[in-house]
Amino acid sequence: MTQSRLWTALPEWALYPLFLAPAVYLFAAAFMNALGADPLKALENQLGEWALRLLILGLAVTPLMRLARINLVKYRRAIGLSAFIYVSLHLLVYVWLDQQQNWSAIWQDIVKRPYITIGMTAFLMLAPLAITSNRLSIRKLGAQGWRRLHRLVYVAAILGAVHYLLIVKAWPLEPIVYFGLIVFLLALRLVPARRSPGSRKRDPANASLGASR
Amino acid sequence: MPSYRYPVPPASEITPRNIFLNRRSFITGGASAIALAASGVNVLAQDQDARKLNAVASALSTDEAQNSYEDITTYNNFYEFGVDKSDPARYANQLTTDPWTIKVGGLVNNPREVGIEELLTGYDLEERVYRLRCVEGWSMVIPWVGISLASLIDKFDVQGSAKYVAFETLERPSEMPGQRAIFPVLPWPYVEGLRMDEAKHPLTILAVGLYGEVLPKQNGAPVRLVVPWKYGFKSIKSIVAINFVEEEPTATWHKQAPREYGFYSNVNPNVDHPRWSQKTERRIGGGLFNQRIDTQMFNGYEEQVGSLYENMDLTKFF
Repeated sequence: MTQSRLWTALPEWALYPLFLAPAVYLFAAAFMNALGADPLKALENQLGEWALRLLILGLAVTPLMRLARINLVKYRRAIGLSAFIYVSLHLLVYVWLDQQQNWSAIWQDIVKRPYITIGMTAFLMLAPLAITSNRLSIRKLGAQGWRRLHRLVYVAAILGAVHYLLIVKAWPLEPIVYFGLIVFLLALRLVPARRSPGSRKRDPANASLGASR
Repeated sequence: MPSYRYPVPPASEITPRNIFLNRRSFITGGASAIALAASGVNVLAQDQDARKLNAVASALSTDEAQNSYEDITTYNNFYEFGVDKSDPARYANQLTTDPWTIKVGGLVNNPREVGIEELLTGYDLEERVYRLRCVEGWSMVIPWVGISLASLIDKFDVQGSAKYVAFETLERPSEMPGQRAIFPVLPWPYVEGLRMDEAKHPLTILAVGLYGEVLPKQNGAPVRLVVPWKYGFKSIKSIVAINFVEEEPTATWHKQAPREYGFYSNVNPNVDHPRWSQKTERRIGGGLFNQRIDTQMFNGYEEQVGSLYENMDLTKFF
């Protein structure tokens, strides 16, 4: 595979400060009351949006390699873990600042409000993926089992986009675009690889996974 | 404990001393007041001083802490200018509000156009400090300046068959970017309606001002409805038409999602929005750690308006 060095010039660790900078900014601005009239909603919503953006970026890695020959596999773990950090912060803000640890209200939300039920389900699906995003887990689960487990991200991403669509009034453009992008990136996986079926096993999109170097 | 941010006007908003003194003499000296009104001061002039309105206090006002001018004018749902809460403050300055007329018609024997000047000078302006509860679960306390809608309706010879009042917002895509969107988020123009007794209720006002000045464009200039016991979206902005009708008129959000938004849309903590709870609300202005407060029946105006809905099943007529 030939590709520009540019795509992989950055070490993996360098992506964490890059991806987490928006979170640092959002929390700092929220604490300093600089996020407008309703800092809680601004913080909560924007953390959720960043989670979706990173999930979309993570889902784009495989199609980019297969269809555009851009290999970002090296960064997939950093993308995925950063997405999970945003999902967790989003949930933390909901529990701690939005519902103010009113556990009965939170429970009512989970059982009665589909958008919360769906959001919580997505979080519970992403948690095992974050926990197993390391080389030891790949070894323990085996490449096949690990890969199967991590396909949960497809479902979680769809649920995340539906969660957003269910909280807005009317049909504003942004959540529709997120949903459309996720569906598009998943659909690209149905496009057969540009090579003979016999070489599938050596397809780096499948073989290298998110946690490999 | 909720800690509200009290309104601290920026220096530019503070009334200059000479104007302040003028206002004093205006209020105390009835004769000068009449003279001023007769001279037809153009209150719509962009001149900051001329933006001031003279309104008397109302017993119907709440004494709760008011939201800051900044909060009220930067956190708006006015989809004609975009779906983001900051869009109206960003784009509404494009709107031409002078000249402005409201076409009053329908089942009325003397239909005519009402100019905005008539509302500003032909009526006693009152300051009404009302709670506003948004269907999204947040609330504010807002010092409107306006006239009772009943006092306008009384100028018209409404026919006996008229049971409802229908309102319509301006449709002017050239000045309203939200109306130019390829995928319109709502059907335009925005329309709303009230039952006649709701329209004539003393709490219902046509607001023409905020914080003692003419209404900012992002808040629905030059004239909007304010119905404080209903969710905010009933309080239709930038009104260009008022029609008296026999049948229950359509309302934009009801048309958009009939299961979620009824015609009445009274604030009611016991009837949830199908997708979220309406039991509590967050009062804007308290910052990141603001505590939720319980939402009150009819937004706390039950004593005044409860009788309008006697014997009605409010879970059905939501």
